[in-house]
Amino acid sequence: MSDIKIKITDREGVLHEVDAPTDMNMNLMEVVRSYELAPEGTIGICGGMAMCASCQCYITSKHELPEMSDDEDAMLAEAFHVADNSRLGCQIHMTPDLEGLEVVLAPES
Amino acid sequence: MIKTDILIIGAGPTGLFTVFEAGLLQLKCHLIDALPQAGGQCSEIYPKKPIYDIPGFPEVLAGDLVDNLIEQTKAFQPGFTLGERAETIEKQDDESFIVTTNKGTKHHAPIIAIAGGLGSFEPRKPLLENLSKFEDNGVAYMIKDPEVYRNKKVVIAGGGDSALDWSIFLADIASEVTLVHRRNEFRGALDSVEKVQQLKNQGKINLVTPAEIVGLKGGDTLTAVEIKKTGEEENITLEVDSFIALFGLSPKLGPIANWGLEIEKNAIKVNNALDYQTNIPGIYAIGDVNTYPGKLKLILCGFHEATLMCQSAYQKIYPDKRYVMKYTTVGGVTGFDGTKKEAPKVVVKAIE
Repeated sequence: MSDIKIKITDREGVLHEVDAPTDMNMNLMEVVRSYELAPEGTIGICGGMAMCASCQCYITSKHELPEMSDDEDAMLAEAFHVADNSRLGCQIHMTPDLEGLEVVLAPES
Repeated sequence: MIKTDILIIGAGPTGLFTVFEAGLLQLKCHLIDALPQAGGQCSEIYPKKPIYDIPGFPEVLAGDLVDNLIEQTKAFQPGFTLGERAETIEKQDDESFIVTTNKGTKHHAPIIAIAGGLGSFEPRKPLLENLSKFEDNGVAYMIKDPEVYRNKKVVIAGGGDSALDWSIFLADIASEVTLVHRRNEFRGALDSVEKVQQLKNQGKINLVTPAEIVGLKGGDTLTAVEIKKTGEEENITLEVDSFIALFGLSPKLGPIANWGLEIEKNAIKVNNALDYQTNIPGIYAIGDVNTYPGKLKLILCGFHEATLMCQSAYQKIYPDKRYVMKYTTVGGVTGFDGTKKEAPKVVVKAIE
């Protein structure tokens, strides 16, 4: 098994503990969609190209995350509700070292 | 009143390909799109991104795919109502429909094909108090007529291509252009970034970065904005006539959601066993906008759905006509513009 457990708080404030596969080339946005934790059409609008910020989330655990690409950084510079711990879910790939990751979905905008 | 056989709502790849498939059946199409250009997301969000799963194209840029689709549909002379959003639909006594846009343009057709993707693109609005009060009274989210800003003081917010391009354009028209962005870095075409740098050096664009507009001031109309520079205590008050917020667009299903169609998960439910018709006979939904068991939001699936939908539309318009699908290799393509494309005739000649 190569699943990790992550905690996702949805936009209504409900906490979900879900299993995320690390062997399916999935990112955090896709995990959220696969569990339908945000309505279709309100997350992952650009499909995961760091071009829409609909998958913005706040990282609340202390995991070391991959560095932001210029694309992600620039997109967050134009997004709303941005905080210091904001990331785009589509740019965070599920890897074993993210076991226990905790995130909160940013409001829809 | 614009009259057509199939009224297509949404001019993305699925909507455009519908024109071709309908054309093969001698059906005329007209497209409505809220964006000022055809192509949908492919043109608006990712024209420079390569797509790898269009059958027969190992790699194609989204923008090039749209160009090819437009080329493919040209002979069928589709009509376009661009920059307008389909707002209301009224069923007529003869079962046809009249669709009216937000600007009042009326379209009449027996068949409606909704190919609206994730919905119409609406500007993303900054979170500011009094924002709605100043909309059309100094605050704008897109520029329709640049002349409105002649000799005016304008502040533009945003860090992408449209913010850069409009700052450059208005630098020659407005009396004062200020560009505010949260970062020092801009994401845009290199020559746009360099041009803004040049205009800044010449004093034609007033650049305020990293900063954010945090307040709006005025009575009936906007007279000033409050700008907060990162790391500074005091806000700057800048007197302006106009504030143009260019923070990109996000798709919203919009008025279509109120047309009485069965909606599930922000998409329109269709009969995928047959013809992608919705719960209202005569209205079809194809491409990313529809949903059915096993639905995949892929351009190639939209093409398939468009093809089947057109056959069904033909039967609906001409219930008594017998018809079998004809291959383009056999029948060629006869355009409404008089052009004809067909396979060259085989030469039969004896070899001596």
